[in-house]
Amino acid sequence: MINLYGFENTFIIGTWLTIKVTLVALLIGLLLGLLGAGAKLSRFSVLHYCADAYTTIIRGVPELILILAVYFGSSALINNIAGSLGYDGYIDLNAFVAGVIALGLSFGAYATEVFRGAILAIPKGQIEAGRSFGMGRTLVFRRIMLPHVWRFALPALGNLFLILQKDSALVSVIGLHEIMRSATIAVGYTKKPFTFYLLAAVIYLCLTIVTATGIQYMEKRFSRGVRRD
Amino acid sequence: MDINLIIESVPKLLKGALLSLELVALSMVLGMLLAIPLALFRNSRKSWIRVPAYCYIYFFRATPLLVQMFLVYYGFSQFEAVRNSFLWPILREAYWCAIIAFTLNTSAYTGEILRGAISSVKWGQIEAGRSVGMSKYLQFRRIIGPQAVILGLPGYSNEIILLLKSSSLASTITLMELTGLTRNIIAITFKPVELFLLAGIIYMSLTFVITRVFNLVEHKITTYRRPLVEQEISQG
Repeated sequence: MINLYGFENTFIIGTWLTIKVTLVALLIGLLLGLLGAGAKLSRFSVLHYCADAYTTIIRGVPELILILAVYFGSSALINNIAGSLGYDGYIDLNAFVAGVIALGLSFGAYATEVFRGAILAIPKGQIEAGRSFGMGRTLVFRRIMLPHVWRFALPALGNLFLILQKDSALVSVIGLHEIMRSATIAVGYTKKPFTFYLLAAVIYLCLTIVTATGIQYMEKRFSRGVRRD
Repeated sequence: MDINLIIESVPKLLKGALLSLELVALSMVLGMLLAIPLALFRNSRKSWIRVPAYCYIYFFRATPLLVQMFLVYYGFSQFEAVRNSFLWPILREAYWCAIIAFTLNTSAYTGEILRGAISSVKWGQIEAGRSVGMSKYLQFRRIIGPQAVILGLPGYSNEIILLLKSSSLASTITLMELTGLTRNIIAITFKPVELFLLAGIIYMSLTFVITRVFNLVEHKITTYRRPLVEQEISQG
């Protein structure tokens, strides 16, 4: 067994935080993605432009900048606003909240395109069939479109999730105690950078393998009832 | 909003952007040099060639670039042998560590893109080459290579944009590229909103330029896909 100098717990805490960050960011991102796709496909051009601006900006800016901007920028903004309202204390946006928002924004921008493609890929006849049964708009969306969208979007969403998992390492720069931070802490005490950063790499590798297997299983499950050629 | 600060910072940040571009360009070229053999090994029929290439690609695609960079920059110094070797003057410099990490990382992604492109070349095309008696090398140069370049180009342009965005990570190992300089100026002026805005705009412009360049290249090398009239026009 490799000697971890008693830093096992640090890594367990870090891994747990990485998982939490990715899952919460995933939730925010999926929501933003669905909203964005809806806006891009909507009849109102204002919504369309907003969604376009959102995806263009987020996809053109590095995730690191995004995280730093949300963390430092938002607290500067909040304090400016609070200051002008006559509050002279200091408000700080929680690093977890900032990290999750930044990662969610980034995931959402890519997911918007994925969902948009998936919605457009639904055969028209399916929706017409639903309408002809007298289903309302929401019912058509829930019963007919959503199952299709999941199936079409899942492979791409899975890739995005794997990217999100790796990008979560970036939140260590705003001081969150996730896997990278755990490694840095351990390195600070033991002066064994290779050992601990390699351990961090191995943990990420395991997370990726587990997630990739899970995604594969889900892809199979959501394609039940689809003829394979 | 402090407009003056933004205007003042433009030349400084552009200097940083230059370093970012330099990192991207160098690792792009070195990464491609590594990626070509990787893609060929990955497609090999002999498992002792294919499996190591597969593992290399899997490792670099499954772990965060930040970890890889820290492993190169901080990690290697753990070993006495490395510190005493002739490589130390290189591995001591943040600049070269960033280049090494980016190169290894992008070579894995590029290798996979190339592999996909090479195996998407239609079998009939290769058969045709064989039937006129081309050697393996000539087949690669005349038939597989040119088509793989066209098939792989969209994926490759995405990879280069991702590489540009990843180059911001170099700031975490003390390099003063675009992100590093931005953070530096923020530490002095305490104006995060203005400077991140400016940095974001510069990154977006760079992304835009890279996309346009790749579109142009794609347009140039896919002349055969367009109707004849248009081909003649574009050739003058």
